[in-house]
Order: sequence, then structure tokens, then C-alpha cells
Amino acid sequence: MSINGKAYIAGAFEHPTRKAIDKSLAQLHAECAKGALEDAGLTKDDVDGYFCAGDAPGLGPLSLADYMGLNLRHVDSTETGGSSYLIHVAHAAEAIALGKCKVALITLAGRPRAEGMATGTAPRNYGANAPDVPFEFPFSPVVANMYAMCAMRHMHEFGTTSEQLAWIKVAASHHAQHNERAMLRDVVTVEDVVNSPMISDPLHRLDCCVISDGGGALVVVAPEIAKTLNRPLVKIKGAGEAPKHQMGGRIDLTYSGAAVTGPIAFAEAGVKPADIKYASIYDSFTITVLMQLEDLGFCAKGDGGKFVADGNLISGVGKLPFNTDGGGLCNNHPSNRGGMTKVIEAVRQLRGEAHPAVQVPNCDLAVAQGTGGSLGTRHGSATLILERE
Amino acid sequence: MTEQTLFPAPTVDPETEEFWNATREGILLVRHCKSCESAHYYPRTICPHCGSDDTYFEQASGKGTIYSYSVMRRAKIPYALAYVTLEGTDISMMTNIIDCNLDDLSVGQAVQLKFSKTVDSEFQVPTFTPV
Repeated sequence: MSINGKAYIAGAFEHPTRKAIDKSLAQLHAECAKGALEDAGLTKDDVDGYFCAGDAPGLGPLSLADYMGLNLRHVDSTETGGSSYLIHVAHAAEAIALGKCKVALITLAGRPRAEGMATGTAPRNYGANAPDVPFEFPFSPVVANMYAMCAMRHMHEFGTTSEQLAWIKVAASHHAQHNERAMLRDVVTVEDVVNSPMISDPLHRLDCCVISDGGGALVVVAPEIAKTLNRPLVKIKGAGEAPKHQMGGRIDLTYSGAAVTGPIAFAEAGVKPADIKYASIYDSFTITVLMQLEDLGFCAKGDGGKFVADGNLISGVGKLPFNTDGGGLCNNHPSNRGGMTKVIEAVRQLRGEAHPAVQVPNCDLAVAQGTGGSLGTRHGSATLILERE
Repeated sequence: MTEQTLFPAPTVDPETEEFWNATREGILLVRHCKSCESAHYYPRTICPHCGSDDTYFEQASGKGTIYSYSVMRRAKIPYALAYVTLEGTDISMMTNIIDCNLDDLSVGQAVQLKFSKTVDSEFQVPTFTPV
């Protein structure tokens, strides 16, 4: 059994806020839900399945179903950090295929900026019972230095350079200039990136994503419902999900979980990386993009630096337009979880609703790739292949 | 990290008490599996490689090489986070490289175990310094 063709993304909404001092967390979730349902032409009374992750307050789906007044017969709170929402899309398609629900709502929201969180540079303690914590927390692993260790090893093994990584930010900035809601709209150069202050060697400030509040939501529906709605048909064609971890200490920082989830998703969809017209790639840092592009098969392992250089990821310039909203690197990174916005921009591209300056002509096949947790320790990878019908 | 005085104390649970007790004597224990004859880190009762519960601790030599590292510059006192591959094994552990010139570290560099004291605890944490 496959989910290929069993469900469609009918609604997508990105919250316009980037700093939500005046809103509660539950309110942000509800505003995202309302936006996505209105986009689909549905109401909350149509929703019978609800999906959320660790960013949801209280008891997750229980608290938010209560808050939003949802009448449900299916819930799923799979938590794999920032990749959760791509997995939710796949799980929604599975649930719909099995008849467990017909209209699935997925929400994400957060306000790390309003709360003054030092997202990338302060240690996070995931709780005393997490078995890894006593062996890692004392050494102050933070988000930035864990991803930096991946970049350092990639440079060591494959000769990847800071200039090559910088091209990823350059491409994102070329796209963000057209997005009036993007936090960083100035077009930057390779020199700007490598001359920005060092955060954690070899990652500079401009190798890092923004910290933002906000959120997003998606509505996944059964085919018979999708066909009654006045929206372009965005079909879920394939999906892969898997954690990657330390393998009992056999650490290999040169690849991500996308090496597992990419082939699974492409096989289910029956397409190849060369068929992809647009790619949404999780971009917490430039190195995150580079490793996932290699692992998804857009180039050979170790060739990512050459692949991203010279504007190859810029829409209208290169061979693989990526993150045309500016991505996490320039646009937003709500709740420090960029998976939701990756799916939203892929949906825009497939509908032909991206900004005209970055819209990929005849964009009928897209990949959305998410990574959640830390590339340097343990993370959840999720790959989605979406097609405009 | 040269300037850092004390590390946060680890949380000790029944499964890892033996490991942490050894740190008080300046000994680094690595968990091994009799069934698949391999080492793993951090220590577990059940081997994460093969699933056997026939596991035991053995003292590590304390020698290793830097698998990867990064110097965190955006901290009050910059420090080096690293994975160090332990001599005679295929496993790497997260640690800090201390008592060093932070601008002089490299992947593949030889390092030596040097325990660091923790806050309000007799347990030490396994850190490394260049040979």
C-alpha cells in the first residue's frame, strides 16, 4: 500500500507575524488554522483529524482541540522537532487512505523572539531523563556548534569551503528580496557571508537562519474533497521519515537522515531527483542545506559545495531553485521549526502562487525536505514529494 | 576553555552510576559488549549495536583523536566542542578540548584525556587536551 495519490494539500497558510509580543501561543495556532482552512475553502467544522508537535502548548492536541473547538476522530502528535510537520503530512495521507479522517489540519506556532530565547547559542537541557544529557550537556553543545561540527567534518573530508556554503545564503537572499515579510531582504554576496562575524567555526552569522515568531498550517484532504474545492490540486506523491542518531558512538557527521528518507520518498513517488522542478530544503544553517541536497541525490556525496556554487539554487538562474520565500535563512523560522514553511512554499510553487519574480515556470513536481533536532547528534528527517495534478 | 573553571554536574542514574563513580578516581570507563565484541558510547546496559545485555565496563586508554570540533565564539568564554574518537575503538564521544590554543585545533589532532571538575559534585567530566 502506498500513499501516492491518496490525499491532497488543499490549504496552506503562513502567519504574517515575525514578532508576536501581542499574541498568545494558542492564539497563533488558531490563527494559522483559520488561515489554512480559509485558503482551502473549508471551516473548522469540516476538520476531523488534527496534527501538532512539541511546539503546541499544554497537552498538545488535547489542549488545542479544546481551545479551537475541534470535533475530531483522529489525532497525531508525532514529535521530531522541526521536521514534524512534513511527517504529519505523510501521516495525514496515511490516515485518510485508511479512512480514519477526511480533513486533516496541521498547525505549528511559536514565539521564541517574543520570549527572548537565545535559540542557537544557549545550551538546551531536554530533561534529566534523556539518556544522552549527562554525557553531552556538561560540554555546552548548542545548536550552532553542533551543526558547525558537521560543517567542519565536511570540509575536512571533501574540501568544502566557506565560500561554497555562502552561496546558499546568497541564493536565499536573492529570493527574500521579493518577499515583503522576510526578516532579511538585502541581497548579500559571498564576501558578505564569509566576512560576517564567526559564530562557531566554521559557521558565520550569515550561515545561520533567523530567529522568528509566527507559524503556519496545512490542510490535507481526501481526493473526493480536494476535487470539490476551488484550489489547484497538490497531490502527495511520496514520503519518507526516519531518525538518524549517533549509532552507539559510531559518529558519522557527513550525512543526514535524508540519505534514508530521500530514496524512500522518491521510490514511492516513482520519480528521480532530476525530475524535481523546485526544492524546499530545511535551512537552519547553510551546511544543513548542503548535506541534505547531497543525501537526496541532487549530487554525489561530497560534491555539494560545487553544486550550490555560482547561483545554482537561485530561481531563474540555477538548475535547482530552492526556498523561494527566502527560507529560514532570510524569511522566517517560526518556533525554531522550519519544516512547516518548507511545505507551504512548495505548495505555493506547485499552485503557481509564489512571487512572480521567483515562480518556477510550469512547476509540477517539488520536494520538501525537513530535519528536526540536531544534525550533530540526533535528528528526524522527513522527505515529501508533491505534484500538481 | 582554559579559563573555564567548573562544568555543570552530570545527572547520575542507576544505569550509569558506575561510570560516574569511576570519574571521581580519574578513570574513563567505556561500555563493551561480549556478544558483538564492540564498544559503544554513551554507556547502556543493552548494547545498541546488537541488542545483547552481556555488556561490561572497561577502562579507556585516554588517548584519542579529534573527529570534529567547533570553537563557539558567541559565549562569554569561547570554548571548543568536539567529538573525540577513542584509541582502539570505532567510537567517538562528545567532549570539550581544554587547556589549548583554540585557534590551533584541527581534525585528526591527537588528544589526551584530562578530567574536569564539576559544580557542587565529586564527579568529573571527561574532557581532553592536545598531546
